[in-house]
Amino acid sequence: MSRFEYAPAPESRAIVDIKSSYGLFINGAFTEATDGKPFKTVSPASEEVLAEVSEAGPADVDRAVKAARKAYEKVWGPMAGRDRAKYLYRIARLIQERSRELAVLESLDNGKPIRESRDVDLPLVAAHFFYYAGWADKLEYAGAGPDPQPLGVAAQVIPWNFPLMMLAWKIAPALAAGNTVVLKPAETTPLTALAFAEICQQADLPPGVVNIITGAGRTGQALVEHEGVDKVAFTGSTAVGRAIAKTVAGTPKKVTLELGGKAANIVFEDAPIDQTIEGIVNGIFFNQGHVCCAGSRLLVQESVYDEVLARLKRRMSTLRVGDPLDKNTDIGAINSAEQLARIRELSQIGEDEGSERWSPECELPTQGFWFPPTVFTGVSQAHRIAREEIFGPVLSVLTFRTPQEAVEKANNTPFGLSAGVWTEKGSRILWMANQLRAGVVWANTFNRFDPTSPFGGYKESGYGREGGRHGLEAYLAH
Amino acid sequence: MPTKSDPARLDVRKTYKLYVGGAFPRSESGRSYVVSDAKGKFLANASQASRKDARDAVVAARKAFGGWSARTAYNRGQVLYRIAEVMEGRHEQFSAEVASSEGLSISKARAVVDASIDRWVWYAGWADKLAQVVGSSNPVAGPYFDFSLPEATGVVAVLAPQDSSLLGLTSVIAPAIVSGNTVVAVTSFERPLPAVTLGEVMATSDVPGGVVNILTGSATEIGPWLASHSDVNAIDLAGITDHDEATELEAASAENLKRVRRPADEDWTESPGLSRLTQYLELKTVWHPIGL
Repeated sequence: MSRFEYAPAPESRAIVDIKSSYGLFINGAFTEATDGKPFKTVSPASEEVLAEVSEAGPADVDRAVKAARKAYEKVWGPMAGRDRAKYLYRIARLIQERSRELAVLESLDNGKPIRESRDVDLPLVAAHFFYYAGWADKLEYAGAGPDPQPLGVAAQVIPWNFPLMMLAWKIAPALAAGNTVVLKPAETTPLTALAFAEICQQADLPPGVVNIITGAGRTGQALVEHEGVDKVAFTGSTAVGRAIAKTVAGTPKKVTLELGGKAANIVFEDAPIDQTIEGIVNGIFFNQGHVCCAGSRLLVQESVYDEVLARLKRRMSTLRVGDPLDKNTDIGAINSAEQLARIRELSQIGEDEGSERWSPECELPTQGFWFPPTVFTGVSQAHRIAREEIFGPVLSVLTFRTPQEAVEKANNTPFGLSAGVWTEKGSRILWMANQLRAGVVWANTFNRFDPTSPFGGYKESGYGREGGRHGLEAYLAH
Repeated sequence: MPTKSDPARLDVRKTYKLYVGGAFPRSESGRSYVVSDAKGKFLANASQASRKDARDAVVAARKAFGGWSARTAYNRGQVLYRIAEVMEGRHEQFSAEVASSEGLSISKARAVVDASIDRWVWYAGWADKLAQVVGSSNPVAGPYFDFSLPEATGVVAVLAPQDSSLLGLTSVIAPAIVSGNTVVAVTSFERPLPAVTLGEVMATSDVPGGVVNILTGSATEIGPWLASHSDVNAIDLAGITDHDEATELEAASAENLKRVRRPADEDWTESPGLSRLTQYLELKTVWHPIGL
């Protein structure tokens, strides 16, 4: 139960103009799909239909790849880096100018709280275009040799958890390096990518440099398999990543994969307790836990277990679940009925396997897809909720006694995307950071992102890095 | 190798074995196969490694990984340089084996051995420079200290080049181990002898047992077991010349998302560049708040 009552503070959606139906963005223009069925995208908070979107079939994929190829060969590849940079700067500025509109649209289509889409997603989206714009005319200094060359046409398939941010992570470095792209957003969150297509038009980006095709798994598969594609970049589940790695086997296609995670967030007894509780909450409840690097396994040193748990539960009781467009909302809607079913299933398995489940008292809206912030205690390493990615606001708590035990438990997973360490002792932080087999280690913070900072996984969390000059290398031949 | 120095004396011929976990076992399968020189003359019976040998080698490599990757870069560089030193002392033996294996004149074989030794020296120098060249300090927009460091990816399976028995082998093993990975290498099938001698060099040059494991035998037979092995983190397909075979190995490697180095036309005499070195690296980014 909330300690204070808040008056509703809804952000207006009047700023967004959603069309009733959208075509595909190919060769600089919106066109009708030729061989796919249209589908609807809904607001997960209300199940209201927002728009009808086209499904790109194989013929549409082919058109998009050909448009990208032509643009690569005739315009974008030969263009001076200086001019590619200016286009990317223009895009960054247009995103900033339209950021409020894009944030509202993102929250409507994805279900994430406006507080996060406005204060986290959109600033980072613009920042990625700014950062990579500056690389476009400096590629020879990026560490990929003296004369790095673009790869050609990049096929990019992105997930629904950060629709516009994942688009920026993919498109900005690809274009800076001189590639052209065909991007497929997730079927449940296509609207901001289509708004981005308009931004490409406003920026006068040459036709074919960016192509956006909507659809589900089949469209993505057709895109990844297309022979005209030189590079595949995918963010999503490990299962699909594995399938893509098999698909590209034996082809000349380069591939980078950002896949799942099951991050350990490790709390030592000397951790700064207030910041730590905020960090735990941010680690797992940010974006409804729809984060591949979410701190979904909390490892607490036994000596402070009781205190951490009590404070965590108290803090969780103040989290506000509800309307994503309300500025006071901390936790928005689960992105889809399908995802909600998976979260429910795994949570039930957690109970069935003997873990104790707790959620604060919290009234969920009757329409839409909702799941309360949830914590499981008494979790062992063998439990499925400690091994499988849940991708929802569900935290599993384990304990440890020694730093060595914490390391062993943290590394005991096929994933290796991220980890958190909470302690005041600097030498221990660096020791832990050395031992943890994860691509990102946050010490006394969690879920921080920045375009200058490489991000990506070890082991089955995929290969390649996004962000920084390392993210650029993924789009360059050297 | 038979030596020709004293016609009155009968040679002591060498038994060529596998090199696994710092020891020199024969294949557990008890198999061996005939190795001939370029003209078809019998040279030796080499051990023919089996699936079990490959698995034993992966176990040895995994066991060695923690210690090897935790060594200081300075120390790893010295160990690699030590390999070059010990090879130099065995120059004649390597030259004779390369000459007979690859059908080269002795002077050309000597040049190959020179290049192989020099390559170890080149990679030795990278050990303590990698983090400076490949890592970064990241100017994030906020009060955080944020840096990225390269780290070894783990156990690397290497299907070594078929033609270049020593220089090619060196060129695929050295970049993997210099950063702290451990290696299971399947040698050239028809030209395995220099590889066995390289194993003997490893055993006597401060390389911890298990860091490099050398299997003589068929990459076609053993490759699929290594590609599908869940405790192998990366695979180098340099020695696979058949496209379909390479495709199958790459597809099998997808199961645990191994890092795959695809086969390519490579000139082993050229300066290798950094791409093979960075192929077996992960990049770890560490964030910490800055404040009072």
